[in-house]
Amino acid sequence: MQALTSTPLLTATPTGDGLELRPVGSWTAVNVKNLEALSEGVTAEIARSKTVKLDMNGLSELDTLGAWLLEKLSRRAAAAGHPAEFVGVAENYAGLIEEMRQVNRHNPAPARAPNPILVKLGEIGRSAVSATDDVTVFLHMLGSLFMALIGVLRRPRSLRFTSLVYQLYKVGWQAIPIVALITFLIGAIIAQQGFFHFRKFGAESYVVDMVGILVLRELGVLIVAIMVAGRSGSAYTAELGSMKMREEIDALSTMGLDPIEVLILPRVVALICALPILSFIGSIAALYGGGLVAQFYGDMAPAIFIARLHEAISVTHFKVGIIKAPFMALVIGIVACSEGLRVKGSAESLGRQTTTSVVKSIFLVIVLDGLFAVFFASIGM
Amino acid sequence: MKPEEPEFAIRVSDLVVGFGRQVVIDHLSLDVVKGEILGLVGASGGGKSVLMRTIIGLIPGRSGEIEVMGQPIGGARERNTQTAAGRWGILFQQGALFSSLTVRQNVQFPLRENLELSQALMDEIATAKLEMVGLAAEDGDKFPAELSGGMTKRVALARALALDPAIVFLDEPTSGLDPIAAGEFDALIKTLQKTLGLTVFMVTHDLASLNTVCDRVAALADGKIVAIGPMRELLQSEHPWVRAYFHGKRSQMLHPQIN
Repeated sequence: MQALTSTPLLTATPTGDGLELRPVGSWTAVNVKNLEALSEGVTAEIARSKTVKLDMNGLSELDTLGAWLLEKLSRRAAAAGHPAEFVGVAENYAGLIEEMRQVNRHNPAPARAPNPILVKLGEIGRSAVSATDDVTVFLHMLGSLFMALIGVLRRPRSLRFTSLVYQLYKVGWQAIPIVALITFLIGAIIAQQGFFHFRKFGAESYVVDMVGILVLRELGVLIVAIMVAGRSGSAYTAELGSMKMREEIDALSTMGLDPIEVLILPRVVALICALPILSFIGSIAALYGGGLVAQFYGDMAPAIFIARLHEAISVTHFKVGIIKAPFMALVIGIVACSEGLRVKGSAESLGRQTTTSVVKSIFLVIVLDGLFAVFFASIGM
Repeated sequence: MKPEEPEFAIRVSDLVVGFGRQVVIDHLSLDVVKGEILGLVGASGGGKSVLMRTIIGLIPGRSGEIEVMGQPIGGARERNTQTAAGRWGILFQQGALFSSLTVRQNVQFPLRENLELSQALMDEIATAKLEMVGLAAEDGDKFPAELSGGMTKRVALARALALDPAIVFLDEPTSGLDPIAAGEFDALIKTLQKTLGLTVFMVTHDLASLNTVCDRVAALADGKIVAIGPMRELLQSEHPWVRAYFHGKRSQMLHPQIN
């Protein structure tokens, strides 16, 4: 271990037309910084000399890195037209030097730097193609799920009931506390903002209308869907993705089972059942939050709040909100599962697909919400 | 002149390792001589990998001492990773290549983290290591997911050797390889051990590699080393488990000549 610290040296002695190089000390990886400089330092002298001799007697230690640098010196000499001669090679290093002589002989042609404009164009083209790809993948998953559903309806026994209940427990029951908490806070914040601004023109009583309609029609379901996409959609992608990586999904198919039916259908169905329930709970929590703010910040008695709410909202508002929930769940489920199946071998790909899954499902949920708004407006709901 | 004391690369004395109430390694002592290839055999789930992981500091031992190249291995937490990195290279059973890096980047990783060297030299060293383990320079641009089992093992070995460690730990290096590839891998380990002067600590079940490359073989049973020595000594061993291992039906069938 002491020898490791002995400083390496490279002395170059001109001998007539020739050059004698004497590496001294330990030519090992720990000294690489010095070694690189040393071996670069003699480049000009090697090119100048007629013969090159490498005297290895002074070496105290040598490893692959040092041996490679020495071999590089000898190759530089060979390139200048006179192969270097190794003398005084210790027996235990002979094998290593011989080994280094074999390597790095064949250099693959370096990849040509492509035209940057073409690269950009290529990227644009590729992303356009992948966008249509996304649509195909989405439709394919929708179709496969539908087929699996028909299969299950034909043979109800093939429904994975245990798996369905377990998924329902995970994405539904376990999500209730956080969903209720966040929607409660959102309801409270909307009410507070309403009272603060409506007070200026004495329209405080309309805060109840705003909170009621906004929460039931839009916010309740939208906030819950976004939370579910982040909470359960990402979990689906990661689960299916790591199953894909460990070939578990291939194993299922070879046993004659359809992965769509076994893994994906229960997950998507659980999501479709859970999201309306969660939206309902979320909406109630938001209204409760609004009511509390009305009582303590807006000085509105609970009885008045409830009476106003009765007048302001109707079952239609509730229906508009809750009808959207299963469709949003379907979109989240399909995106999450198909992204999971697109995971390739690496850990990085798992992370990328999970991110894509969440981003894409939140985007699609909002687009879907917009489409529903147009639809409900045109049928007058 | 008194006989020269052999230098030890690894010294394990009175080591106990356990999980919960289960004791896996029970007062085990083992010395590995510098420059030898030691094969470790033992029943599946018998603690071979646990012993290896304890020596490299991944699992803390309950009692006992471990010295690697004269330096004690403490608990994994207080270990100085800077010195540990250059001391040994480890070939994990599944390769444990970083899946988001290319083969070349995988081999360069220990170099990049531990040394200051130019990118050009790093590329040359990585290619040199890849060629030493029998891969082509072109394979350097592949990702681990694109490699076959045998190539994965070779890349993992190249990465283990990146810093020219004194000791290499191999966890079942030939498992999952066909006999030809396994034979090549054995020959490769032997060659590298000769050229680089490595000490090799190898966990294996491959009777052929035990027979051809290992200088000594240690048998681990009931948490202890029950027999250690060159292969022919182990074949003479009277310990019932060792007898069953080397003279069982499978080994009789495959290697009638060694019995």
